[in-house]
Amino acid sequence: MNFSDSWVARHAGLTLSVLEQVLAEALSKGGDYADLYFESTATTSVALDEEIVKSAAQGFSSGCGVRVLSGERTGYGYTADLTIEKMRQAASIAACIASGPAKVSRSGFEPSPAHRLYEINGPEASLSDRVALIRRADGAARAADSRVIQVMASYADSVKHVLILTSEGRIAWDTQPMARLNVQVIARQDSGQPQRGYSGGGGRVAFDYFLAERTPEEFAREAVRQAIVQLDADDAPAGEMTVVLGPGWPGILLHEAVGHGLEADFNRKGVSAFSGRAGQKVASELCTVVDDGTMARRRGSLNVDDEGIATSRTVLIENGILRGYLQDRLSSRLLGAAPTGNGRRESYHYTPMPRMTNTFMLAGESDPEEIIRSVKSGIYCANFGGGQVDITSGSFVFSATESYLIEDGRLTRPVRGASLIGNGPEALKSVSMVGNDLKLDEGVGICGKEGQSVPVGVGIPTIRIDRMTVGGGK
Amino acid sequence: MSVPNNRTEEIAARLIRLALDAGATEAEAGAADGSEFECTVRLGELETLKEAGSSAAGVRVFRGKRSGTSSTSDLSDDGLRRMVASAMALAEVSMEDPSAGLPAPAELGCAAGDFDLYHPDIEAAPPELRIECARRAEKAALDFDPRITNSEGGSYGSSITTRAFANSPGFLGSYKTSSCSLSVVSVAQNGGGKLERDYWYDISRSFAKLPAPEQIGVKAAQWTLRRLGARKVETRKAPVVLDPRVARSLAGHMFSAVTGESVYHKSSYLAEKLGRTVASKCVTIIDDALMPGGFGTSPFDDEGVPSRRTTVVNEGRLETFLLNTYMARKLGMSTTGNASRGLAGNPGTGHGNLYIQPGTRTPEELISSVKNGFYVTELIGSGVNIVNGDYSRGAAGVWIENGRLAGAVHEVTVSGNLAEMWSMIEDVANDLEFRGSVAAPTLLIGEMRVSGT
Repeated sequence: MNFSDSWVARHAGLTLSVLEQVLAEALSKGGDYADLYFESTATTSVALDEEIVKSAAQGFSSGCGVRVLSGERTGYGYTADLTIEKMRQAASIAACIASGPAKVSRSGFEPSPAHRLYEINGPEASLSDRVALIRRADGAARAADSRVIQVMASYADSVKHVLILTSEGRIAWDTQPMARLNVQVIARQDSGQPQRGYSGGGGRVAFDYFLAERTPEEFAREAVRQAIVQLDADDAPAGEMTVVLGPGWPGILLHEAVGHGLEADFNRKGVSAFSGRAGQKVASELCTVVDDGTMARRRGSLNVDDEGIATSRTVLIENGILRGYLQDRLSSRLLGAAPTGNGRRESYHYTPMPRMTNTFMLAGESDPEEIIRSVKSGIYCANFGGGQVDITSGSFVFSATESYLIEDGRLTRPVRGASLIGNGPEALKSVSMVGNDLKLDEGVGICGKEGQSVPVGVGIPTIRIDRMTVGGGK
Repeated sequence: MSVPNNRTEEIAARLIRLALDAGATEAEAGAADGSEFECTVRLGELETLKEAGSSAAGVRVFRGKRSGTSSTSDLSDDGLRRMVASAMALAEVSMEDPSAGLPAPAELGCAAGDFDLYHPDIEAAPPELRIECARRAEKAALDFDPRITNSEGGSYGSSITTRAFANSPGFLGSYKTSSCSLSVVSVAQNGGGKLERDYWYDISRSFAKLPAPEQIGVKAAQWTLRRLGARKVETRKAPVVLDPRVARSLAGHMFSAVTGESVYHKSSYLAEKLGRTVASKCVTIIDDALMPGGFGTSPFDDEGVPSRRTTVVNEGRLETFLLNTYMARKLGMSTTGNASRGLAGNPGTGHGNLYIQPGTRTPEELISSVKNGFYVTELIGSGVNIVNGDYSRGAAGVWIENGRLAGAVHEVTVSGNLAEMWSMIEDVANDLEFRGSVAAPTLLIGEMRVSGT
């Protein structure tokens, strides 16, 4: 692709020489580095409730952010109005972070290396195709069990175009698709307490993913299954016990327990429970945890990060030893570390930060059945809602939405929601078995940090944690 | 429709005309125009500085009982026309919904009065002064005690926003708000090298009313020091005292459980409890969107219905659900002026200034009435299920022994069920303060499950 084919040239009518002037304005008071981040995002969503398509929405947003780095300092301005005057104004605001003689940026732009992880070919789905998808989900959920009393199904897709230009003479661009189908059901047995079930998935995929690979019927049946299980659930137990996590979405444990704590900004500042612990043992030798932004079509994947750097696979923990941090440009420069392509932002309204992409634990050797059989008394958690971590103390929590008691090596009764709590650098030390069944999540993860949300993926094989605090009601 | 008197009103009014010209039977439109400023000082050095302005608009069109909605950041004439065309196309694929539509004309209007939502001193404050506030706040935390060894910085942020709303029956209105906030996140370390962090912040609609930066820094330091040496406790049942910082989240859960949507979906444990007792006698919960200077105050809701003050729970009895027009029609009730939405999408439900009414005893009196219990100052995680009331969250705080705050506690959970927790509230203290649109005084819950070792 050439710059002249990009939306920045075609729709906003901007030329490279104009953008060089904006970068020059950004470095007019000195500074080490400046970049421009252009973004144009179009979103379409449809939602169904009570068998009626009640909501159909589209959104369009575009703009540019101008950033200047000077030592540890960041200056930032942005504009939705892509005129040369407004962009120079944003640049002059960002420039104020530095104080010194003007710097000259390199002239001309070399394309940055980028992956090709999610090319979308073929025409866009029509609005009525999208509506048909959620009607199929609704029908399947209602047909699955007569105790289903409500079905809410929604489908959303977006295409985001980004273009990044740096004062080091680099240009990068990407077209980032995203699609997601959600099904939520409420089930009720006679006049008892209603219960909720939820399922969803997607990724950086085209619409046909939901026709050929993961159908609305599959998501609908899974949501119904989860709600029906809850109808018979007892209160969860409380206290320290053995916990077995099922494969897939329970990988949110890794996201909270270690992922955030290994983001380089926290470590550079010495405020993470993992600060200064590279090379130390922070997990059992069975645990190898990676963050990989290069997986085809995954929700957390990117061809280039939001600083124009190709994403990579970063080993965070190798056989229990802390190996690496997730870097953005600022932290890697200040720490003298290689960039990892983890500089991400929610939109042009924000500066990038080190963020996870797809974070998961590599498969081990145990048979998952054998892991459950090994537990005399404990809890098996198959599904989770969200989680949260205090990166400084390392305390993290994540909330189970589908769990079962393990009694004498067998799953017995379903139990209600309970939060699990632990400490990041300690929790994975009590992992005593790792299954051979690594599974990635279906593609629904949203990670929040300092007010910015970005899509992420997680994954984990079945694992046994010998001791963890479970916050049940019993 | 009255004459537009600012740029956002002009855009909203223009969108209504464009929608009707395009064949919409009814339409509503919103526009927002805002600017933001943010700076962080860390370890005495300016770390980030951000300043920008942006605007956007959205429209919802009806073709009879079908609707479509669209939003854009491109406010050029072409951009607005494209957005209206997109919404009209979307209305084609949505389905007839008998309850859909705008409020009745008689329900539209603005609440009267000066709500004190905008102060020019925030825009007028020079950037150097704003940075100095962040610097002074952080310095006060770092200087407070040698165990405060690090910081994530002092931050000052401000924003100015104008929101306008118009609809085809003739409503046109807008309001401008200002706010500024100052916060410090400090990090402490004890002999063992274990790190803890905590924070304090304040927020105001006027720069002059923000407290002295030193007060915020000192409070951040005090909160952080209190966490040092934290331990787990044994799993048990115990009385729980919730500090206002976390008690407010209970008011938020009550809101989620009484919104019209969760009621007609039967996805709330309170869906069938209108007029019934849902909390102990000492609990009264108010949603007041008219409080002058409040962070949840507005003259009208996001459908153009006048804002109001609503008693949601009165001495434990559930008085009303909180509704927009659509939910009111679903339930055969009237809107409570609680419509809320972004620029695109159908209206949802929002609250004004939502709070638990204060009692008479001081928080110290509540704590001293507990022989052996848990004073909770932080709750993390998402373990709250509004459908069945299940509650289980990560907690940190201080253990209470014989009515006195003893040692710091962390890495435990508190769990129970919202219905039981509300009914076991034994006392509400007198320390209600607003730092946002949701607030609660210190609360004493008779018993919860605390899980630790």
